[in-house]
Amino acid sequence: MADSENRTSTVYHDAAKNLAAKITLDGVDVFYGQKQAVHSVAMQIPDRSVTAFIGPSGCGKSTILRTINRMNETIDIARTSGSIQIDGEEINSKAVDPVLLRARVGMVFQKPNPFPKSIFDNVAYGPRIHGLATSKTELADIVETSLRKAGLWDEVADRLDQPGNGLSGGQQQRLVIARAIAVSPEVILMDEPCSALDPIATAKIEELIDELRENYCIVIVTHSMAQAARVSQMTAFFHMGDLVEYGPTEDIFTNPHQSRTQDYITGRFG
Amino acid sequence: MTDRADIRTLVQARLAQRYRAEGRFRIFGILAIVAAISVLALLIFSIASQSLSAFRVNELTLSVTLDADRIDPLGDRSEASLRRGAYNGLIQDALRAEFPSVENRGDLRKLFSLYTPLNSARLQNRVLSNPSLIGQTIDFTFPISDDADRYLQGLTTTSHEIIPGDAATITGRTGDIRITADSDVFSPIVTDIRATLIERAGELENRAGRYEARAAATASVEAAEGLTREAAQARSEAADIRTLAANTAASVNMSPDLPSRLVRINGGVVQIDRISNGGRIAEGRVLVTLDHTNASDDWTIWTLDTPQSARRILDAQIVWAETLRERGRVVERFNTYLFTNADSREPELAGVLGAIIGTALTMLVTMLLAVPVGVATAVYLEEFAPKNRLTGFIEVNINNLAAVPSIVFGLLGLAVFISLFGMPRSAPLVGGMVLALMTLPTVIITSRAALKAVPPSIREAALGVGASRLQTVIHHVLPLAAPGILTGSIIGLAQAMGETAPLLMIGMVAFVADAPSLSVGGLTEPATVMPVQIFLWSDGAERAFEPRTAPAILILLALMIGFNAVAVFLRRRFERRW
Repeated sequence: MADSENRTSTVYHDAAKNLAAKITLDGVDVFYGQKQAVHSVAMQIPDRSVTAFIGPSGCGKSTILRTINRMNETIDIARTSGSIQIDGEEINSKAVDPVLLRARVGMVFQKPNPFPKSIFDNVAYGPRIHGLATSKTELADIVETSLRKAGLWDEVADRLDQPGNGLSGGQQQRLVIARAIAVSPEVILMDEPCSALDPIATAKIEELIDELRENYCIVIVTHSMAQAARVSQMTAFFHMGDLVEYGPTEDIFTNPHQSRTQDYITGRFG
Repeated sequence: MTDRADIRTLVQARLAQRYRAEGRFRIFGILAIVAAISVLALLIFSIASQSLSAFRVNELTLSVTLDADRIDPLGDRSEASLRRGAYNGLIQDALRAEFPSVENRGDLRKLFSLYTPLNSARLQNRVLSNPSLIGQTIDFTFPISDDADRYLQGLTTTSHEIIPGDAATITGRTGDIRITADSDVFSPIVTDIRATLIERAGELENRAGRYEARAAATASVEAAEGLTREAAQARSEAADIRTLAANTAASVNMSPDLPSRLVRINGGVVQIDRISNGGRIAEGRVLVTLDHTNASDDWTIWTLDTPQSARRILDAQIVWAETLRERGRVVERFNTYLFTNADSREPELAGVLGAIIGTALTMLVTMLLAVPVGVATAVYLEEFAPKNRLTGFIEVNINNLAAVPSIVFGLLGLAVFISLFGMPRSAPLVGGMVLALMTLPTVIITSRAALKAVPPSIREAALGVGASRLQTVIHHVLPLAAPGILTGSIIGLAQAMGETAPLLMIGMVAFVADAPSLSVGGLTEPATVMPVQIFLWSDGAERAFEPRTAPAILILLALMIGFNAVAVFLRRRFERRW
């Protein structure tokens, strides 16, 4: 890229350096055909915490998120280079089966996308295909635990056989989260999970994210800086495919080191 | 700048125009729908009304005595012996018993052509399946000949009867007899005949006039001579006819060119050959024996308006058929032969069973080949294949294939399947393969469209919980695309079911009198399919085949509607599950 020389290097806050990383990105570039969407991103994401990716539209935050479970591979023209490690194990290599990886790294999408099946089958699908349950009761246990963790059990316990897309938007999104945690992942990626929801449903999801933090490494992409401030412990600000600034959420919002970060979080652009 | 008020008037001015355009569009739409529905209704009505006659058949029931000597020539009741029996002779005897007065060979031949000898095979089968019938007299029911059937259904000629009311004497019970009435009751016939004759003479003279005019106009001497000769011939014929018509005193002879006149008297029927004595005396031939020769005043003159020469059934046969109906021997029933028989040389025995089985077998092959291969191709191209120049090329060519005329696939089948691979001709297997080739592009294209319509979020969701690509497709994408795939496949198969041209090329147009067996073995037996059967019948030499095309079309339509109904049902079920 012609402008790669002009790119500023990432500013890391002290707390973002040398932390106990669950996920480590190093020199990650993502190309869509000829166009480079992400430029040499390096960062360490801690376990049992929520890391928020913020930035204006098209800044590459969703793209970088999707490299972590290699969902970009489903796009024909997408190409990822660089090193991505989970627990020190390189995952951006042909040697790692993406199916295996995705069992470890769950994902929640922008629009709730439950399968057009019953609520039970939605949650049970992952355990079924991975063979996590040896009996029906075990499967039912997994489904119940997952739904409980997703805070949906009380609402749907009596209608597990009804179609998942009959639920409200917020419930669907929690169902999708239950589906993701049913396979006991280590990491949960969330791609703007609340952008299609009303404020009450959003509040519930945020509450849920906060609870899930105790057991999972969560990475969330969000457009709402308020949400990032509310739910995350670490925040990464992306702009034009660059990771501009990465640090503890509080620092980023109160004491940004970069002027671009400052401009964005104060609403001057974006 | 235009101010607010101006904008409003501008919008207002165009508003009416915009509404008019919308109104016009709606009217055109409604007109198009009305036109489509009325054409469809007309089509169905015309086919249904034409098929009415073919759905009915007149059946003849005769008491056939199964004489052991004649049907069991070897006398051992073995199948070989029973197969050599003279079954047709038995039917002939039974029919002769109805009309004992018919004796000379010519008349007997006319009588026996009231049914087809193919019926003797049915009698034979009945005996073979139950040899204990031998020696008994059984009622054997079989369809009357198609010509007689058409007459009995009132399709051949109009007829009427008048009751003169006068007394008449008769000179005999059989053979040539004379009927003498008290007054000139036959004179209206004579007048009628004269009028017909004069009309015919007038037509001939008109024609002569046209020839003469053309002779005068033409430059060629030879042509003029020829035309003049024709004209002179027509004029002399006309003159002869006029002399005949003017001859009031002499008797009038009936002819096959004139409406037929018959007399019913004393339980018998006489065909009038000649009227004389100023319309008092009619001479003729007895067709059905009279009960007695007493004078009677309860008799009728029966006119068949269509002349004998203009129809395929003779007066004598009409009289016999009518008599059999009066005796209760002939009854009009629902035509089951149409459904239980395969094709036949005789229209009255021809049915669509063979074609239906052929269609079923052919469609089975087509479905088993086209649907799995087509869906698999679509899934591969849509879900797995990389998007590159090669797959693009393949895609374009599949689309092109859908536009190839179907007869080309027939040629391919002939060249490759039959000539190269040496597969049997006229077989449902080859027909099904050819139609599968024809259907494949449709199935692939519609299946791809259905797969494309599945929201990508479902694929992401499945991949996101760690499903493999194949699992994603089989568990989520295919079930969601199934209704669309099903619809596309059914459309393709329905199209194949109505296809004639490619099957002509591979010999499925052959006359097949036996229905293929509904089994794996039947796949290689000669067969035909519904549309080809309709084509064959519409082309048939016998008049009675043509009306059979209409019910065959109705049956084909019913099959198609059934097929589509199953598709709709399956689609609903699939959709309900989600």
